[in-house]
Amino acid sequence: MQQVFTRPESLKDVQTHFCPGCQHGTVHRLVAEALDQFGVQQKTIGVASVGCSVFLYGYFDIDVVEAPHGRAPAVATGVKRARPDSFVFTYQGDGDLAAIGTAEIIHAANRGEDITVIFVNNTTYGMTGGQMAPTTLVGQKTSTSPYGRNKAKDGAPIKMAEVLAQLGGVAYSARVAVNSPKNVLQAKKVIKRAFQFQAEGKGFSFVEVLSSCPTNWGMAPLAANERIGEEMIPYFPLGVFKDDPIAQD
Amino acid sequence: MGRIEIDEIRCKGCGICTVACPKQLIKLCDKANIQGYTPAEAVNQELCTGCALCAEICPDVAIKVFR
Amino acid sequence: MSKRLFVKGNEAAAMGAIEAGCRYYFGYPITPQSDIPEYLSRELPKLDGEFIQAESEVAAINMLLGASACGVRAMTSSSSPGISLKQEGISYMAGAELPGVIINISRSGPGLGGIDASQSDYFQSVKGGGHGGYRIAVLAPNSVQEMYDLTMHAFDLADQYRTPVMVLGDSVIGQMKEALVPNPRPVRELPAKEWAVRGKSGGEQRIVKSLFLGDGELEAHNWRLHAKYRQMMEKECLSEEFETADATLLVTAYGSVARIAHTAVAMAREEGLKVGLFRPITLCPFPEEALKAAGQRAGRILDIELNTGQMVEDVRLAVGSGVEVSFYGRPPGAGSLPSPEELLDQIRKHYA
Ligand SMILES: Cc1ncc(C[n+]2csc(CCOP(=O)(O)OP(=O)(O)O)c2C)c(N)n1
Ligand code: SF4
Ligand code: SF4
Ligand code: SF4
Ligand SMILES: [Mg+2]
Repeated sequence: MQQVFTRPESLKDVQTHFCPGCQHGTVHRLVAEALDQFGVQQKTIGVASVGCSVFLYGYFDIDVVEAPHGRAPAVATGVKRARPDSFVFTYQGDGDLAAIGTAEIIHAANRGEDITVIFVNNTTYGMTGGQMAPTTLVGQKTSTSPYGRNKAKDGAPIKMAEVLAQLGGVAYSARVAVNSPKNVLQAKKVIKRAFQFQAEGKGFSFVEVLSSCPTNWGMAPLAANERIGEEMIPYFPLGVFKDDPIAQD
Repeated sequence: MGRIEIDEIRCKGCGICTVACPKQLIKLCDKANIQGYTPAEAVNQELCTGCALCAEICPDVAIKVFR
Repeated sequence: MSKRLFVKGNEAAAMGAIEAGCRYYFGYPITPQSDIPEYLSRELPKLDGEFIQAESEVAAINMLLGASACGVRAMTSSSSPGISLKQEGISYMAGAELPGVIINISRSGPGLGGIDASQSDYFQSVKGGGHGGYRIAVLAPNSVQEMYDLTMHAFDLADQYRTPVMVLGDSVIGQMKEALVPNPRPVRELPAKEWAVRGKSGGEQRIVKSLFLGDGELEAHNWRLHAKYRQMMEKECLSEEFETADATLLVTAYGSVARIAHTAVAMAREEGLKVGLFRPITLCPFPEEALKAAGQRAGRILDIELNTGQMVEDVRLAVGSGVEVSFYGRPPGAGSLPSPEELLDQIRKHYA
């Protein structure tokens, strides 16, 4: 028998600090697999954000620059402009990208920076203990929305994949989930497609991944996975919102 | 014909693989590992197809699959 | 032989940056420094460089962080309110030990304040500015020539000490036109950037970060940053003295107001008053030793600034209690700078 599933080379063989069932681990693996597949590990510069994924450099065997909270797309812009031959991705949470870093993501996308953004939407601020995020669902209770998110006061959860698809500089924008084997396999395809754009120098690519935070949702990992299917996907539909290799022209 | 190996130390006992396996060949055991989690273990391995769905969904890359 | 040009201070700084090998600029428009991005938006593309007008000063400083992490010479510029926004990034750069040059053609505040020449950002510039307890080198040009020379020097200091470096001017220095001799970049041997990310390229993983969570790691890191500051203090202090040898009253001033003070001191000398001028060129590291010697020799100091008294605190600390230090401040707002006569009056008043 042959080994048909192995740890990707770009992912270090170490224990992660993620909570049991936390899908940051799954997303890390999918990104590492894509790096392996494109053969770009040796020329990749990852840009870490602030959130539970802050230890990107501890898990990926690649060069990493750590960005301040929300600023990863600006840092990645500087990196890519200074080293246009490198392969550059950011990895950001929903608080990081869709709240404090909104200006940076919108404008990096709109400039059509030749980078890939991996956006992990777990509808909460994981690292700081489960506060309300811009993606928190209406009615969802968090430590700062104890009565549930109130649309009238807090606004509706922001759909970043759709928002970014509107921008001229964006070549690719999609949303996936990793709550079932089928969705994981689809997510893998989509992440590779996103990287393909960068590999060919065809502009900004964006993948939103619906992900669980069992700890702050106060749910067991299996129940958290079910929530993704039952509550998140109906509001945040999976799909490709833009796939336009000529967006740059 | 397939076979899986679960890294008992890396496994955090989240149980996601147990529902992902179409043949239900994985269950959590009762004994805690050194991290304090009850890791998953493979049962009835002769039925394993090596489809790797369990490994694909494992957040901790704790499953190796052979076919 | 370099030819003589006649240019604005802001342009001179941009030219100095290019001569220093800077090919990456990120900025956001704000008066009175916009000549810098305007100049570089024209010149950098010709040199295969990159110019980005960022969406904000926050983004600009983080682009600088990213480019600098790759080991290239890169720069941003702004003015006071924009520099406030950059403080987050400056702190991260200081923490990650990233070089980078920040030009601050400061204006008056607080808040939106005004665009008059002002020195109200001295504290913010030299005492860290952002969170976390660090210092960056701060250079204070007082002429168009120095805008050029010190900007070049800023890049060398940044690379030598792996630190952000600020060039602090104001609208007087930035907007005035003067003769400039665009000298070639001085040769300074600098450490190789073996820390810069480049994609592993078959080598060791490189990480640029300011997060230190290991036991005792951050304390050691803080002391290492402090040691760099002490080293700069020993080796990099710059100041200029005028007529200080026999002075019994020493005027201290930096940047734009030092030009006016210089004229006032010369006028006082014509009246036979033994007055000298001490001008710090590096505000951080502050030229404590040189000032102490000159101050103690004179026995009395008159510190002049375009604010309500900031550098004067460092002057007092440097010279110690035996020297009497007085202050004359002109925060902006009256629409005019102090005249040489106004400063001469102050000199007469404080001259024993
Ligand atoms: C300027 C600033 N504000 C606030 C914080 C605190 N903080 C750290 S992580 C975080 C939110 C993380 O949430 P998210 O981006 O969704 O990532 P997750 O942990 O959920 O993956 C916040 C608010 C910070 N580090 N810096
Ligand atoms: S707090 Fe949430 S997002 Fe963070 S590691 Fe735990 S489960 Fe994952
Ligand atoms: S490889 Fe497939 S059949 Fe075998 S244990 Fe895993 S999921 Fe079940
Ligand atoms: S999915 Fe992975 S970590 Fe979770 S129980 Fe199964 S083997 Fe263990
Ligand atoms: Mg989150």
